[in-house]
Parts: sequence; structure tokens; C-alpha cells
Amino acid sequence: MKLRTILLATTGSLMAAPMAFGDAHGNMANSMTLVSWGGAYQASQIAAYSNPYQEMHPDVEMIWDESSPEAVARLRAMEEAGNITWDLVDVEAADAIRLCDEGLAMEIDANEVLAPAPDGTEAEDDFGEMLVNDCFIPQIVFSTVAAYRTDQVPAGVEPPSGACDLFDLETYPGQRALNRNPIANMEWALLCDGVAYEDVYDALETEEGIAQAFAMLDTIKDQTIWWSSAAEAVQLLADGEVFMATSYNGRWFSAIAEQNQPIGMAWDWQMLDLDGWIIPEGLPEDRLARVLDFVYFATDTQRLADQAAYISYGPARASSAPLVGTHAELGIEMAPHMPTDPANGENTFVNNYLWWADYRDDLDARFQAWLAQ
Amino acid sequence: MTDASAGNASQNAATARREDAARTGPMLAADGRPLKASLNRALRRQKMRALLLIAPLLIFILVTFVAPIIDMLFRSVENQIVSETLPRTVVALDDWDAQDLPSEDVYAALAYDFNEAAERRRHTRLGSRLNYETTGLSSTFRRSGRGIEDVGETYAEQFIDLDEAWEEPETWTALMAHPDWLSAQAEWAAEAEAAGRDFDEPEPAFRLAPGIADVLPETADAYRSFARTIQQEDEDSPTEEEPWNTVYLALYRDLAAQPASAVAAYFGPIAAELAAADAAVDGFETVSLREVFGEMDDAWAEMPMWETIDAFSDPYTAGYFLAAIDLQLTPDGIEAQPEDQRIYILLFQRTIFMSLVITISCVLLGYPIAYLLSNLPARTSNLLLILVLLPFWTSLLVRTSAWKVLLQQEGVINDILVWVGFIADDARLQLINNQTGTIIAMTHILLPFMILPLFSVMKTIPPYYVRAAKSLGATNWTAFWRVYFPQSIPGIGAGCILVFILSIGYYITPELVGGRTGTFISNRIAFHISESLNWGLAAALGSILLALVLVLYWIYDRMVGIDNVKLG
Amino acid sequence: MGLTSNAQDAFVTFDRVQKSYDGETLVVKDLNLQIGKGEFLTMLGPSGSGKTTCLMMLAGFETATHGEITLDGRPINNIPPHKRGIGMVFQNYALFPHMTVAENLSFPLEVRKIGKSDREAKIKRALDMVQMGSFAGRRPSQLSGGQQQRIALARALVFEPELVLMDEPLGALDKQLRETLQFEITNLAHELGITVVYVTHDQTEALTMSDRVAVFDDGRIQQLDAPDTLYEEPKNSFVAQFIGENNTLTGVVSKMKGATCEVRLDDGEIIDAVPVNVSQVGERTQVSIRPERVEYNPERLTEGAHTIHAEVLEFIYMGDIYRTRLRVAGHDTFVMKTRNAPDQRRLTPGEKIEIGWRPQDCRALDA
Repeated sequence: MKLRTILLATTGSLMAAPMAFGDAHGNMANSMTLVSWGGAYQASQIAAYSNPYQEMHPDVEMIWDESSPEAVARLRAMEEAGNITWDLVDVEAADAIRLCDEGLAMEIDANEVLAPAPDGTEAEDDFGEMLVNDCFIPQIVFSTVAAYRTDQVPAGVEPPSGACDLFDLETYPGQRALNRNPIANMEWALLCDGVAYEDVYDALETEEGIAQAFAMLDTIKDQTIWWSSAAEAVQLLADGEVFMATSYNGRWFSAIAEQNQPIGMAWDWQMLDLDGWIIPEGLPEDRLARVLDFVYFATDTQRLADQAAYISYGPARASSAPLVGTHAELGIEMAPHMPTDPANGENTFVNNYLWWADYRDDLDARFQAWLAQ
Repeated sequence: MTDASAGNASQNAATARREDAARTGPMLAADGRPLKASLNRALRRQKMRALLLIAPLLIFILVTFVAPIIDMLFRSVENQIVSETLPRTVVALDDWDAQDLPSEDVYAALAYDFNEAAERRRHTRLGSRLNYETTGLSSTFRRSGRGIEDVGETYAEQFIDLDEAWEEPETWTALMAHPDWLSAQAEWAAEAEAAGRDFDEPEPAFRLAPGIADVLPETADAYRSFARTIQQEDEDSPTEEEPWNTVYLALYRDLAAQPASAVAAYFGPIAAELAAADAAVDGFETVSLREVFGEMDDAWAEMPMWETIDAFSDPYTAGYFLAAIDLQLTPDGIEAQPEDQRIYILLFQRTIFMSLVITISCVLLGYPIAYLLSNLPARTSNLLLILVLLPFWTSLLVRTSAWKVLLQQEGVINDILVWVGFIADDARLQLINNQTGTIIAMTHILLPFMILPLFSVMKTIPPYYVRAAKSLGATNWTAFWRVYFPQSIPGIGAGCILVFILSIGYYITPELVGGRTGTFISNRIAFHISESLNWGLAAALGSILLALVLVLYWIYDRMVGIDNVKLG
Repeated sequence: MGLTSNAQDAFVTFDRVQKSYDGETLVVKDLNLQIGKGEFLTMLGPSGSGKTTCLMMLAGFETATHGEITLDGRPINNIPPHKRGIGMVFQNYALFPHMTVAENLSFPLEVRKIGKSDREAKIKRALDMVQMGSFAGRRPSQLSGGQQQRIALARALVFEPELVLMDEPLGALDKQLRETLQFEITNLAHELGITVVYVTHDQTEALTMSDRVAVFDDGRIQQLDAPDTLYEEPKNSFVAQFIGENNTLTGVVSKMKGATCEVRLDDGEIIDAVPVNVSQVGERTQVSIRPERVEYNPERLTEGAHTIHAEVLEFIYMGDIYRTRLRVAGHDTFVMKTRNAPDQRRLTPGEKIEIGWRPQDCRALDA
């Protein structure tokens, strides 16, 4: 009766035999455009999800785009133009919330659209809290974490252990590289200025808290190169341009483990965050059918565990965790490199993406103005 | 002599013709039509052909250039989102005196508007929009979107306590829906039942019962909003859904406001329930909507929110343009932005200053090269010209990245300087991620745009002018400065216009090598386009940039004369 | 007019000057030339003959590879152009397009630091000299070619140089204007008493304007003489052919007779000629006869001189003269020019005639 429910029911019920759907109806699109973040992360998605999928469906053309950093803007523009060209978009949780709130992302029923765990646990329970809203299809847990040049640590000083060492120019002189947006930076500024973990977001809702955070950031403002893509931060540290930088833990992992760069991780107060898929609202039926078919496959327990063999991000399914094994090429155990490993820092900061979804606009405006001045 | 007499003859003929024309009216062509008309007709075909020839380009330019610019100009003042998302509130605010918080009526209007906006998921966009003007409103709107469904709950509960029937969708459709709609809906439901899963025809659009809007104006409006929204957004049917709490709020307000006689005049299907409710509402527990909203978010009980909505309720606004020059629209008129948010004037100044520096650097570096090229034998100069053009054939990103490798502190240039001993190892120069980096990289990237027009103009300056000057006694310098240089000015002009206009709108290079202090206004525009999604402000900034370029062009025209610009 | 100069009172001398651009071939080969003060000397030659290079060396825009150039007794090889004080008129006028006529004329005076009032007086005088007094405020682009040339001339003269060089200055003008200006330039030059070195490839121009003409070919001066001598007594076959119209017959010297000689043409006929570049019997030679010196009227032929057979191929009426093309000794291009006079008749094609000339008009040159 309701078009979407009917469709979901159809695809959902046929998901058990995903091959049959396309063949029987012949109305699954044979090409899909996936949008992700590029670099090692996108490579891991291709290796773990799209290559095996294409082996099963050799006719399907998978086009990868690297536009995730501007996904919200691009989707909004597509909606205005009335022509959605993307089929599946990889975004952070906070962006997923924004997109969902604006009706740019499609709401899904996790139990119908996503595969159950091998032991039969329904998807909703298997993903648990990772399902931050009705649109978000979680893939990984990642963290934004500080790292430093192991060969430039001043003599007789302990190497940096965490994000707060970013602000300690006396002990660790040298340039910094930080993300050119408020997320993580504002929280760290307050945390490292003595605000308690649980009070950070409350403080950021007040003028005083924001002023305090900016004052803290002011102490390193002139010593900081502000990056806009995570790869830039890794490059700056690898080139020795900066002494400390923040980036995503998977990027550090590939610089350290795969490229043997003299880089050390400072795990303390790593900022945990989620990343996952959203399906743009308003896809034509055949493309939607194809996307759902792919998503069902790409987010099952094994696929999420497989991805961890290429990059050190934690799979979002509880049932995938035990399956995480060794690196696909280096053969090293991946579990200790996951942000979720208990050994990685005594303190972890869980990014409050719900809070950020509400306050991103507010703080972005303030942060960018602060940056430009 | 023969020439002169011929001239006289033709003059005489012309005089004769004029006299002729004066006598007989307009000149006629051989076929008797007026000569002017025939001429026009003959020319029209030529004009049409010319028009056809340029048509593809004209259409292309209109579609890809003029239309986007017009769209940009439009976006920079367009502001329909407020009046479209909160139509009732905007109307209700018309009479607001802006001295104190608005009345309960305004809050009620807000409740209806906001409920529909939240269901249609439009409230966050409005929040983002208003956040451009008053930071903090975005979070208010998002939070309120989650709380709006509870507004009016008190009344819903009391109505249902009074009579369970108020909980039933049928009660409401009987009260509100047009009988025609009810029968059409019933027909549709039967069809759907029969067709089963493949049936995908939408339910007939909801229609209000005749006269109900007179009896219960707010309720009718709120219910129609509810019915339409769930039909369109959720593909649900009003026959199956309990109305939103705001509908109950409206019902309460209508019943409380109406004299009993108005309700008594209603003889519809639910007359009994309505009469009972009307009798009971006086005893209802009431809540202040202002407090309800205030609990949802403090901002609703504070002046800035209402001032902002009021100031930006017009469908067109100068707000974006004001913001683009660090001003803001307040109820007291136009004021400067708070100190910590004033950045655009600074960025415009920086953009113009750096573009000037880049243009001057390009002239200083490009002039000698162009001079050399234009004075070498053709074969050598062609070879060297390829070297000049080589950067054109390399991707901008590659070149910019190459500058990174060269300029960074651990980069080639610093390494050499340290090795030579010009600078100490711990005092390496900061050549990138600041203005220096932007200037160096952009001078390099834009240099060909200076060299090429210079070269092509210099190529046309024959060597004999300088020889003539020297033969007349001028030293090498005088010959260059007084004779060669003035003739190369058109090339400098063209090069400067090209380089300046290109650099004023440059984006990628400053983004990559400019760091925090070396970015341009265009980076800010890009930020608003792709990150903050403040397209209106981006459009306003873009329009200002466009106007700036046109003004500079005009000044240039006045000073140098645009005829003096030669690209070759 | 023949104004000969010797090395002592020469104003400009080229002494064994050579010039090579590429180090392999000489563009100017061993040039020796003296130009007297006040002389109007023209360098005439086909393009590539080295005449312009000589001019440029004199102006200082090219340096001599070897040899010395002196001006008024001073060697000028190392003096830069702007210190030589030589006025120059260019083929394309080279008027500065961004300056008005007055500014153009003012330029050489300004760089010589001449005061404003002096400047104005000189500019006015120079403009009046070329009858362009009312054009001071115009831009060069607003002037016709002839007007521009006048301004260029005025500019070259305004700072009162003693030597003025002109590089094909009339080349771009139409015939009528050219003739007027030729006259004006020579008049001015003589009035002002300046020395002029004039380069042209137009022999008429050279003949009408010059005191002496240096005919250039292949990097050398082939002949340096007054125009009449050049025309009447070319020293070699290049000069003979280059200057004016000329008939050439080839043959072998058959008899030397002191001041004259006999030449047997290739078809066996015998003609009389003046031996110029031949000295003994049996030498091959080209004999050159000017078309206007050819006669067919037996009354006008020199007594005792040889005549030869000719067949009329074409007769062209040209107003003041008749131009008749003949077949002579196997050559189809032999031209005879006769004055349109009452005693001359019009020949008809196919007619067989006897032609002849005074022996001194026919010169036996190098083969």
C-alpha cells in the first residue's frame, strides 16, 4: 500500500536469495556509484566488499567516487537539481544524522535490509548502539588520534602519550597539524585545559566554554598547520614538517605498519567515532534494488570482519569482532591496532555525534571565523 | 581635374536625389517598395545568418555562464525558506511590536508550523539558515524538532480523558473530512485491498469538510496540515492515524476562544462530542505555550530568536550581503558583526592585496622572459615558449604539490639554504602554508598568463623602433623606456588583467599551500558551498567578487583604456 | 655632377671592411669606400647584396667583422649608435606610434638635452622644411605613407646631423609620390649640405638622386661611379644588366683594333664593340648594347660599322617611344627603342631589317 514499505518488504523478503531478485525481475540496475573517502580506507572497502561482490555479479559496474568529505553539500545540490547520481555514500555518523534530519538520506529498517549475524541474531541487535538513527548503516569504529615523529622527540623526554601533548609546546616543541574543523579539536582543548570528560559538551554549549576552548587552541594556533584531508596530516608528519599531528588511526596504521615511517601513536584521549553508509533518498526503483542487494552483502558479519584485514578500523557488528584476524599482506594481528583495543590508551573519548549534529553549524561558524582571524 | 569634376557630378546627383526625395517622399527601390524597407529586408537575411552562426555559442554561454550568474545573484538575496517553513508564524508576527516576547497566538502558530516542518524534515534547514544570522539557532531547531510532538500533549490527554472517541481517527475524519473525500477514500481502500501488493496508486488528497473552517478555524487548518503531511511524507492515511498533539492544541484554542453559540451552530456528525468538549474546555488544565517552548529550548523564550525570525521573515533579504561585509541585520537596523566574527572585509583586503602582489611579481618575472623570447630567432623562441607553456600541460594539483615538496621546511629550498649556510638548521624559513607560499605558487602558476600576452605584443613591436631611437641619440635605456616599453604596455595591461582576475578568484592553490593566513575569499566561498552549505552567503560573496572585478575593469578602462589591451 | 673624393677629404671611409653573420660566409667582402662631405651616395643592388648590412654597420647596429669604418676621421667601430650622431630614415619610417609628430621630432632633441624653446623652434623649422607644419599634433597612424615619410625625414634632420642614412625610404610609396619625394630629398640634402648615404634597389631612384652610385652584388661594390658613367660605361655585365635596360649578345673576340674590337657572335655575324673586360682575340665575351642606341635607319648608322640582320617580332607603341622586339643572332629578346619622331616609321612584325650601332655604344664585357 505504501510504496516504500512494499518495496522494502519485497527486497527484504527476497534478500534471502539475493541472486534470484535481479534474475527474476530483471529490474536491478547494472551500475552503481559508491562514494567514499579515498585512500587506504576506500581501498579496504573495495578489497573487502566490492571485489567479492563483483565476482558474484560480473555484470555490475561499480563506480567509486571520493567525495565523502563534501557529501552533505553534494547531496543537497543533487536534491535541488532533482538528479541523484550517487547510490551509496560513506559518511560519518554526524553527517548521517544531518542527512537523515534533512530527508536527504533514506530511512531503512535494519532488520529487513541488513543481514542477520551467522548465529541468527537480528541485525538491529548485532549492530546495537551503532545504529545511531534510522538512516545510518554502520561499518566501522574509527578514532581520531594524535601521533608524533619518533625521531624528533627531544632528548631525555618521554614521547608524547596522548592528545593533550599537542598543547604542551614546552615539552614537545615543533609544529602541529590539526584538522581544519572544530570536531575533536574543541573537545581536546577543553579536556586538556582541565574540564572533566563528562562536562565537555555541556561546556561547549556555553559562551564561556567556547571561549575557553578557543583560548586553549590559541596557544598553538600559530604553530599549527590546519589540514583538510586526513592524508595531508600523515604526509606532513612523514615529511617531518610537523612534530605532532592528528589523523584517523587507520591512516597512522598504514603509515607505521605498511610504510615504516618513524611515527608513533599517542593514543590517550583518542576520539572514537562511527562511519557507515547512507542511501540517498529518492533513488529510482532499479537502482535502489541494486544498492540494497549490495548493502545486504557488504555489511554482513564476514565482510565487515574482512575489511579489518586491510585497515585498522573496528567492525561495527558485534559478531564480526571475533572474526578479525591478521593483516591481509603483512600478516600481523590486527586486533591490537584497533581503536577499541583496551591497551590503546587509558582514556578514550567517545564523540557525541548527536550533540555534533545539533551544534555543528554553530561551532563551525565560530571555528572558521576564529581560524581566519 | 577629372577627379574633381567627378566629385562635383556625384555631389550634384546627390543634391538632385535629395530634392527628388523631398518632393516625392521616401526613396523607392526598383520594385516600388520604400528603399529603406528593401534595404532592411536585404540586411535581415544577413543578420539572421549571423545570428544562426553565433547561436550555438550564444546558447552555450547563456546556459553555462549567464544563467548560473543570474542564479547566483538570485540566491544571494533569496530568503523564502522562512516564510515557507513557518508561514503562520510569519503572519502572526506581523503585528508583533518587538518589545517583548510574542503572544501565545504566535507560539500556537509556531507550534502548527513547526510540527509540519518537523514532519516534513524541513526544520533543520531553517535552523541552519537562521544560524547564519544568529549562531546557536541551528541546535535549537534540531532539538525542538525532537520535542515538538509533545507540544499540545496536555490537551490531547484531556480531550481523550473526556471522551475516548477523540483518540479515534474516525472521529476526526468525520469531523474534518469532506464527505466526497471520505467516499473516494473508501473506494480507494477497497481497490487497494483487492489489488494487493502491486497497488501503488496514492490515496486521494485530503479535503476539508465544508464550513468546518468557520466553526473551528485553527483546528481545521492544523488538521489539514496534519492530513496532507502524513499523506505526502509517510504515505499514511488520516483514516488510520491519530492526529498530532498540535491538532488537539488547536481544538482547545478554538473551543476556548469561540462563543458557545458558534459551536452550537455546528450540526455535523460529531456535534455531540464537540458540544461536550466545548462545555468541558473551560475546566481544562492549561499550559503556557511560551513555557512549553522555553522548556524545549531556552532560545524560544528569549528575544534574539524572535528578532531573527522577524528580521528574516521577508522572502528577500539583504542579510547575506550584509554578512558578506561583516554587518548584520538587527531589529535596530544594520550593525557591525561581533568582533570575533568579522572576517570577510579582512579576507577581501587580503585577496586584493595578494592578487596585486602576485600580479606585480608576474610582471617583474614575466617581462624579461617575454622580451627575451620575442627577440630570439623563431626556432629558439618557439622552443623556449614550449618551456613557458609546459606548466599549462601539467595538472594544477601536481604543480602545487611540487611546490609543497620544494617549499616546505624540510623541503628542497630550505635544505639548500641550510647547506649553503644562509640560514641555520633550526631557523628554517616558513615558505609554505602562509602568504609567502600562496604568492610563490600562484606567481608560478599564473606566469604563463602574463608571458603569453606580453610575448605576443612584443612580437609585434618591430626592432626598428629601438634602432630608430638609438639612431636619434637615445641610450639603450632611454630607447627601451621611452620607445619600447610604452609600446609593450598593452601586453602588460592584458597580462595584468588576466593574472589579477584569475588570481582574485583562485581557489585550489591557496587552499593547498596557503595555510591559515594565505587563503583567499574564494576559499571562503568554497567553504560555504561545500561545508557550511551557506549558499546564500557564498552567492553574496561571489556577487561582490564579481562586482569588484567589474569595477576594477572599469577603472582600468578609464586609466589605460581597454582598447590598449592586446592579446596578440 | 661627378664628385669624386679621395681618402684625404673623405667624410666617411670603409677600409677593407668585412662582415659575416655566421662565421662561414661573408656578407660583405673587402669593402673599400670613401664618401665625401656633402655627397649623396647611393648603395644600389639586389636584395642580399650586402648594401643594407653596410648601412647598418655605418649606423652602428652591426659591427664589422674586420676592417675599419671612420666618420670624419674618427674610427667609429667602438662607438655605440646613439653617440654617432647619424640621422637615419627607415624603410618603414619607424615613427614612434605612441607619440605625436611633434613628440617624435622632439625625441632626438630631448635626449640631447636641448632646452624647450630651442626644441620647439627646431621642430617647427624641420616640419616646415618638409611642408608638414600643420601636422605637429597628429599621431603617425593618422598620416598617409608619404606624410609619414616626410615626418621621418624631418625627424632624422631635426637634430642637424652631418650624415643621414636612408634605408629604402621610398620603397613603400606609389610611383608618383616616390618621384616627388625623390626630388624633395635631393633638394633638401643639397640645401642643407648634408652627406647622405642612401640604400635602394630601385635603379631609377639611384640614378636620379645620387651624386655617385655604388652598385653592390655578392658582397662587393661592382662599380662606383656617377650615374651617367654607370649607365653609359658599365664596367661589367652585372652592372650593365642591373642598370637600365640592356641587350646582351654573346660571342668571341675576333679582332682587336685598338680602341674598338670585332666580336663574332655565336651565329657567325660580326659586330663592332669597345673592349672593356677583354684584351685578346679568342676571349669569350658578352656584348652589351642599350636599346636606345640601336639603329636600323641606314642614314643614322656610322659609316663603315658592321650591321647585322634582325627580324621584327613585336612592335609596341609607347607614346614617346616605340619599343621593338627583334630576333638577333638567335636571341628573341633583343629590344630596340626608337623615338617617336616624324622620320621614324612603324615596323611591322615579320619585317627583316638591318640593325647597327656606333661601336663606342657597344661594350664587350666579361662573359
